[in-house]
Amino acid sequence: MRKLFYGGVHPDARKELAPPDSVHAVAPPALAVVPLRQHIGQACRPLVKPGDAVRKGQRVGDGEGLCVPVHAPVSGIVREIAEYPHATLGRCEAIVIENDGRETPADTEPHGDPSSLTPSELEERIRLAGVAGMGGATFSTAVKLASAAGAVDTLIVNACECEPYITADDALLCTQPELVVRGAQMLSASVGAKRTVIAIEDNKVRAAEAVRAVLPSGMELKILPTRYPQGAEKQLIQAVTGREAAAGKLPRDVGCAVFNAATCAASVRAAFDGEPLIERIVTVSGEGVKHPGNYLVRIGTPIADVLAAAGGLADDGVRVLAGGPMMGFAVDDFGAPVTKGVNAVTCLPRKTAAQLDGTVCFRCGRCVAACPMHLRPLYFFRGERCGDAAMLEHDHVCDCIECGCCAYACPGHLPLVRAIRAGKQLVKECAVP
Amino acid sequence: MSRNLPCSPHIHSGASISKTMRDVLIALLAPLAAGVIVFGLRALIVALVTTAAAVAAEALWCAVLRRRQTVTDGSAAVTGLLLALTLPASVPYWQAALGSVFAVLVVKCLFGGLGQNIFNPALAGRALLMLLFPSSLVRFAAPGSELPLTGPVDIVSSSTPLHDMVMPALPDASLTQMLLGTIGGCIGETSAVAILIGAAYLLVRGVIAPRIPLAYLGTVAVLTLVFSRGQDPVQWMLYSVLGGGVMLAAWFMATDYVTSPVTPAAQIVYGVAIGALTVFLRYTGLYPEGVTYAVLMMNAAVWALERALPRRRYGAAGKEARA
Repeated sequence: MRKLFYGGVHPDARKELAPPDSVHAVAPPALAVVPLRQHIGQACRPLVKPGDAVRKGQRVGDGEGLCVPVHAPVSGIVREIAEYPHATLGRCEAIVIENDGRETPADTEPHGDPSSLTPSELEERIRLAGVAGMGGATFSTAVKLASAAGAVDTLIVNACECEPYITADDALLCTQPELVVRGAQMLSASVGAKRTVIAIEDNKVRAAEAVRAVLPSGMELKILPTRYPQGAEKQLIQAVTGREAAAGKLPRDVGCAVFNAATCAASVRAAFDGEPLIERIVTVSGEGVKHPGNYLVRIGTPIADVLAAAGGLADDGVRVLAGGPMMGFAVDDFGAPVTKGVNAVTCLPRKTAAQLDGTVCFRCGRCVAACPMHLRPLYFFRGERCGDAAMLEHDHVCDCIECGCCAYACPGHLPLVRAIRAGKQLVKECAVP
Repeated sequence: MSRNLPCSPHIHSGASISKTMRDVLIALLAPLAAGVIVFGLRALIVALVTTAAAVAAEALWCAVLRRRQTVTDGSAAVTGLLLALTLPASVPYWQAALGSVFAVLVVKCLFGGLGQNIFNPALAGRALLMLLFPSSLVRFAAPGSELPLTGPVDIVSSSTPLHDMVMPALPDASLTQMLLGTIGGCIGETSAVAILIGAAYLLVRGVIAPRIPLAYLGTVAVLTLVFSRGQDPVQWMLYSVLGGGVMLAAWFMATDYVTSPVTPAAQIVYGVAIGALTVFLRYTGLYPEGVTYAVLMMNAAVWALERALPRRRYGAAGKEARA
């Protein structure tokens, strides 16, 4: 098979655990925890105060720049604004809303056909609806649109979902393919792309069929041979167009804009119906949870509630992750809520969860062969252990996308990603201010 | 991250150092078997002695220094067995054992253990033995001669194909004999077929990549073809590639993870350089063989090669240009 990008690995996909053909709704939480940071960039300022009554879909936090507003996922009373557990940040200030169970909707402005809007009006609608990259990166979709406008020739919809276990985008494509396609059309027109590609891996046969059935003329469906990390932005651009976006470069620098499939759907809802992003599909999977599957979850639902809806954990030894097994974050406090970027809650039993505690590198070079960024991870392990910032920088440690292929392949069970993160920190600290 | 939570990735391929070493040991059984068939049971005992000595040396080192016991990773066993394959079956057991202990203790453990050594331990052990006991290492029993299992081996040294080639002349042995290994030589070096069976196993298991061996063998082939010393350059080339330790070294020594480069370009240069040095040492050196020193010299150059030949940085070299 022709390699469309360098390196990569083939982990056991285990997608059959959470079939994509149905999505179960999880009841709105009694207590919704809405972190003020669910995106890359500055935290929102709260627009409400404790004691305020809020409606479902009401904007409750906002800010400037890269900031993406957050909305109340339920109607009720703001109980407090305080630090709460956060799946990826550890802790984060959050607006806590006591659900009154009435689902009183917020007033939405009438939204018509967005094709008559100027690009900046569309961006504002998407921004106001709180849409951020839903594949995990959580970059402001409006800002991405603005930066891509007029600068790109290709728009790629990322439906690769190359991480094992996760089938959230797969489920979205199987159940609502037209929503993703409409989103792709709308975003493509807005940025002025000549080519629109929906990229999907060849292990999602049903989703591909569903998309093909509604595919408008002029849009491409690209089936890529399954390999991790195909869904990483740079690797996907390379697989689809053959272009390499160097470290520090944006997709627009190589003429591309990449949007996750769920982000496309959320953008359509925002632009056509004025619907804010307050719920998403989350794959709850892994051998450690009793009823794996896809669940429609309100943003702000504590992971504990999501796990309960999925039948609970098999035992106490299960490692729970926000995200997939390759790049997800281990969660120890299940009070942490589902945020916009949490596409999965993966539950790995003790025997499946990797223990990366090795200390010996015997230079087999498997990390080098697996690295999609052409790096030499073994050097980072040595450099970080020796505190050698110059060596780390010379070998471009900051180019690393932390996909985890190296540590996955390493026979020495070295904690390479941990070493690389520490190494990046070291380089940052040693940089001349 | 202040909290001590496990870091991604949370799943693992299942590869491990001990599984890799086990694969190498399995692969080495093929040339060992050929050696036992050609040279008799003494070859097997030599292999058992070197392997046991290597394992005991590492186990003792860890125990005495109260370090984490690393003997179970299997690398000491690989070193011991590899050393045996590069020795004549007639070598005195104690000498073989000494080489093994030196390889593990001095060449590996003193440098910091597995992964830290600069030189290939087995070949460095062999180099020491060539220095200390040259007569034991350059006298070879004829294939099929009944070597005594105990006591001193008083053999009439038979000429190996490589000795003939020093003349220079094409050896008496046929190419078929060279392939099967029914010639004078070291335990694991004579049978090209057995070495290739072992190598094929490692290739299939993904333990080694063909880059270094092919660069090495290709260079030896081209150089001996161009600078042929025989009447028929093609024959001379074939005897050069099949004779002596080139095949074993190409597939099992030059591919040693710890002492070879990790990046593709550096690997090719490394293989080519070993090939060139092998031919040079064979043509000009005191010994008919030059493989050991060729590999050891290039071991020392690995760090420099990796520094001089980094990988192309992602996005560099114009690939970011619009298609």
